[in-house]
Amino acid sequence: MKTTKYTLALTLTLAATGVSLTPVQAAETLRIGAFVSATGPASFLGDPELKTLELYIKEINAQGGVLGQQVELVHYDDGGSAGKARTYVNRLIGADKVDMIIGGSTTGTTMAAVPLVEQAQVPFISMAGAIVITDPVKKWVFKTPQTDRMAATKVLQDMKARGMTKIGLISGTGGFGRSGHKHTLEVAKEMGIEIVADETYGPQDTDMTAQLTKIKSTPGVQAVFNFGFGQGPAIVTKNYAQLAIDLPLYQSHGVASDKYIELAGDAAEGVRLPASPLLVADTLPETDPQKPVVTAYKAKFEAAYNMPVSTFGAYAYDALMLAVDALERAGSTDKAKVRDALEQTQNYVGVTGVYNLSAQDHMGLDVSSFRLLEVSQGTWKLVE
Amino acid sequence: MMQALKSPRLGGLSALSCVLIILPFTLSNSFQLDVAIQVGIAAIVVVGLNLLVGFAGQISLGHAGFMGMGAYMSAILSGTYGWSPLLALIFAAICVGGLAFLIGGPILRLKGHYLSMATLGLGIIIAIVINTESWLTGGPDGLVVEPLSLFGWALSPFDEYHLLGISLSGTQVWYILIASLLVFAVWLALNIIDSPTGRALRAVHGSEIAAQVVGVNTAHYKVKVFVISAVFASVMGSLSAHYTGFITPNIAGFHHSIELITMVVLGGMASTYGVILGAVILVLLPQVLADLQEFEMLAFGLILMVTMIFMPKGLLPTLLNLLNKPKQKTTSEEAA
Repeated sequence: MKTTKYTLALTLTLAATGVSLTPVQAAETLRIGAFVSATGPASFLGDPELKTLELYIKEINAQGGVLGQQVELVHYDDGGSAGKARTYVNRLIGADKVDMIIGGSTTGTTMAAVPLVEQAQVPFISMAGAIVITDPVKKWVFKTPQTDRMAATKVLQDMKARGMTKIGLISGTGGFGRSGHKHTLEVAKEMGIEIVADETYGPQDTDMTAQLTKIKSTPGVQAVFNFGFGQGPAIVTKNYAQLAIDLPLYQSHGVASDKYIELAGDAAEGVRLPASPLLVADTLPETDPQKPVVTAYKAKFEAAYNMPVSTFGAYAYDALMLAVDALERAGSTDKAKVRDALEQTQNYVGVTGVYNLSAQDHMGLDVSSFRLLEVSQGTWKLVE
Repeated sequence: MMQALKSPRLGGLSALSCVLIILPFTLSNSFQLDVAIQVGIAAIVVVGLNLLVGFAGQISLGHAGFMGMGAYMSAILSGTYGWSPLLALIFAAICVGGLAFLIGGPILRLKGHYLSMATLGLGIIIAIVINTESWLTGGPDGLVVEPLSLFGWALSPFDEYHLLGISLSGTQVWYILIASLLVFAVWLALNIIDSPTGRALRAVHGSEIAAQVVGVNTAHYKVKVFVISAVFASVMGSLSAHYTGFITPNIAGFHHSIELITMVVLGGMASTYGVILGAVILVLLPQVLADLQEFEMLAFGLILMVTMIFMPKGLLPTLLNLLNKPKQKTTSEEAA
């Protein structure tokens, strides 16, 4: 009786999995759902994000929770895959019935979640950079990081202030470099800056001398801007010094971590880049409203995990705190009320910047939230 | 009559249909139905892949590439160029089939690891093109896909539909669509296996030289089955793009190819129902193990390792073998 055997085997498998997929119905807790890329190629984003969320949820609960309820974090690891992210968001909405969703370490995973949260009408705060997430504005979607466009704007503004109008651009071919390349070209056009050389390199390239030589020999070039991520920009910086190119070098916020100075060494001296105030927490002026928030986050994270803070973890901190703030102002977990409260957030001081959200702006930061830093004597220095 | 029920075609198909009909009534929320649809999509792809890997014995590590090509062609033609999704799906399937035909000729002359490498290369090239041509494909950030529609009637997972007086959610309609396609795909695969083509393929798997000696045009049959399995992948790629509404280059990636081949090997090579079980397990396991958090990958690897060590023939053939032991050893034909 083969038929029965097939049926039996299939039914048993399905029954077994069906049982374990049934959600645990918790009573009086507030559920915040999260999906991050804690493993896989984007784990440098997802790992500090998840660590931050876990750390602060624990602290919030120790202080009595939100709206008198304990907060439960339901989190999944999408491994950087948009397909998995979509399934997990479905699970957070359909099975876990969360009150709010924080997540999407990358643009791809965020965009996969957007149609689902819009349909289910759950407030959603993303931690990814791309401008498409909040432009055009989507009713239920918010985000905490600045866009790549704003980073490009910050760099080009400084170049213009220093009187440079002809620049060379070198960018990575990964997702980050591509997005940066596109926006740099657009912003440069608007600001009247001419890109006289435009070169690229692959994520695994170990030598960019050829591209840099080409930029060096381009007539009229006054500065070089590198939009990229990971080890690429560090190699560009080293090659730049080896070729003795005597022009100012700018990097993007993608390399704003101590790791970059470590990798590039002396070659990094004088490099400028836009970054979160987190990198210069200790040297921020006392008058800076963000100083207490930034130093507190840095101290707490480093004490708990014994590893340096990253700006990506800060995106998660801001997302969680904006969520808690909105929940408290809404006075209930009613999703529509929480969403309205989130949209009305004004002058909220976070680690990444000061948030002013509105119906037209679901990100709430402006270019000034980026600080312009310069590498000086092996450490970050704030450029006034 | 009893004999007919035991055959994989009549008995197996009716058992599969029963499970598919009963399943939605046991699922309590839209998330579980969504997972069921994803299992179905993966299952159809591996039923096609199994014809190539399980029956003809030709390894392909590039099938995600075909799936990605189908998905992106559908997304771009129906989105950017405003084609009807059905037309885009068919056109994509023809293009993917054509590519498989062109490429299949030379690369299927290779054997063993060399063939794996060639198909791997093909898959990676497709993934690189999708990743880099961002003006067309949106690059690593992905692309939004229009819902599936037919003669102006759009099938979105988010809408409500009324069929014969019954109100169904879009996800439920998608489930019905994918479930029917799965039954159709299995029926098609079983028929191909039982046809002269199928017998020729098994001869190729057994010994290519022996097959040539008895007059089988091995190159012809290998290319044929390569094209068939590529078209299966392309059509499901298109449908999955329309279903999820958003695609990223991951769909064409190397990891996805490996996942597909693992479903075939885990479920049972050359067992059409076995590979469905493989798809069920590989799609469900990450969901079940998600609660283990950081031990998820560990548990996943352990399960795969133990299965492959103790059940080298794959899950379903080994289980059937155990059940049949008192009587006789199951032949591979029965497991089909």
